[in-house]
Amino acid sequence: MASYSTNEFRSGLKIMLDGEPCSIIENEFVKPGKGQAFNRVKIRNLKTGRVLDKTFKSGDSVEAADVVDTQMQFLYADGEFWHFMDPDNYEQAAADANAVGDARQWLKAQDSCEVTLYNGSPISVTPPNFVELEITDTDPGLRGDTAQGGTKPATLETGAVVKVPLFIEQGEVVKVDTRTGEYLSRVKK
Amino acid sequence: MTWQPSASPRVLHERARIYRQIREFFDARGCLEVDTPLLMPTTNPDLQVGSVGVPVGGRTHYLQTSPEFAMKRLLAAVGESIFQICHSFRSGEVGRLHALEFSLLEWYRVGYDYRQLMLEIELLITTLSLKRCEFGRISYHELFSQHLGIDIDAIELGELRRLCAVRVDADTSRLGHDACLDLLLGMVIAPQMQGYQFVYDYPIAQAALARPRAGDARVAERFELFHDGIELANGFSELTDAAEQRTRFERDNRARVLAGLAEYPLDEDLLAALEAGLPDCAGAALGLDRLLMVLLDIDSIDAVLTFAADD
Repeated sequence: MASYSTNEFRSGLKIMLDGEPCSIIENEFVKPGKGQAFNRVKIRNLKTGRVLDKTFKSGDSVEAADVVDTQMQFLYADGEFWHFMDPDNYEQAAADANAVGDARQWLKAQDSCEVTLYNGSPISVTPPNFVELEITDTDPGLRGDTAQGGTKPATLETGAVVKVPLFIEQGEVVKVDTRTGEYLSRVKK
Repeated sequence: MTWQPSASPRVLHERARIYRQIREFFDARGCLEVDTPLLMPTTNPDLQVGSVGVPVGGRTHYLQTSPEFAMKRLLAAVGESIFQICHSFRSGEVGRLHALEFSLLEWYRVGYDYRQLMLEIELLITTLSLKRCEFGRISYHELFSQHLGIDIDAIELGELRRLCAVRVDADTSRLGHDACLDLLLGMVIAPQMQGYQFVYDYPIAQAALARPRAGDARVAERFELFHDGIELANGFSELTDAAEQRTRFERDNRARVLAGLAEYPLDEDLLAALEAGLPDCAGAALGLDRLLMVLLDIDSIDAVLTFAADD
């Protein structure tokens, strides 16, 4: 089984900790001049998203996690699973609600997402940073209010609700930053 | 733009200033500036101090982890106080506070003990800081009692490991007594330390090249200086007993073998020098890169190194 020594630790490295796949966020080398060296790492559990601190004696080895990040195309959701396809080899993977998490509200068929596979199965899904989605429901636009000013909630075709300027109409397509959930611009059809 | 220095012009000038003042300081106090080789056929066998080996004519020589051994040979020959500013190397040490190649000020004061040397360091740092500095002092034993409420001489290894596991999330089942103390000092106590603080009278098991304290063989006449929990300097009343030094080297080599590492040839030149007679003295090493970090309030060693190594 593959393993990593603490001197290979760097941010982004995927390791197994207590049977769970984790990603190293930060690695700090702590050593007294004439004493034992340690690596203090900040780790994210890739299944739960929880962040924790862990300390290793320098030189110790830790099991590598079979985790790969792949770009996959979102196909469809069947109510229980969200189905993705690797556009290079047409292999499909089904992610459950846990793995999809908050990404579900941005997923539109054909869009390319980063899917994290652990032992071949999806454990997390990251939507594209920017998505262009149609507004399926919002209050009617207010005449004469095209300048800066207020916002109103708008429901997008994927179910997400974002704040848009008052002049945006139902049926229009808008560009949204999925990391912040913020409206960026109107997209001309 | 990797060809450019990692240190800013401000850092380069500050380094030049403190080097100039260090030389003036020691010159005024009658210390001789010396220059010893960085590459030598033997090295420190201490398991916790990694050397960088370099092939030289079919043999391995070592970039020195500090100029200590050569300077002690010199001391035995000239018998007067000496100082040196040089680079040193520690293999495997890379991080926010660590660089494989770093700068040291190392000096030996004939006739001093570690307490007098602590006073001299206070004076040196105050001089280099261009302002009044406060220095705290606490014994290693008292430090653990104050911060963790434990008596490090009395505590059982099992209890110490449990304490480590509670205070630091780590697998401590294979850590020895001293590794547990290193862990607690580095992860729990140091982050709470403020300002300049000397920690003195280290446990004898962590004596390195310090002599046992007169009247209390449980501790060594060794100190370290911290600033906001960052280790800046280490000093001893120097061990002058050649037989005891040989015993410590052999013990270090046995620890290397147990850890699956090759033994190092003993530095017989150093042992012969101790045999011939090292004057009673105290010596210290001060990390100049870390001192620059403190003086300039910079939090990464890479920003004070002229050219930081690429990862």
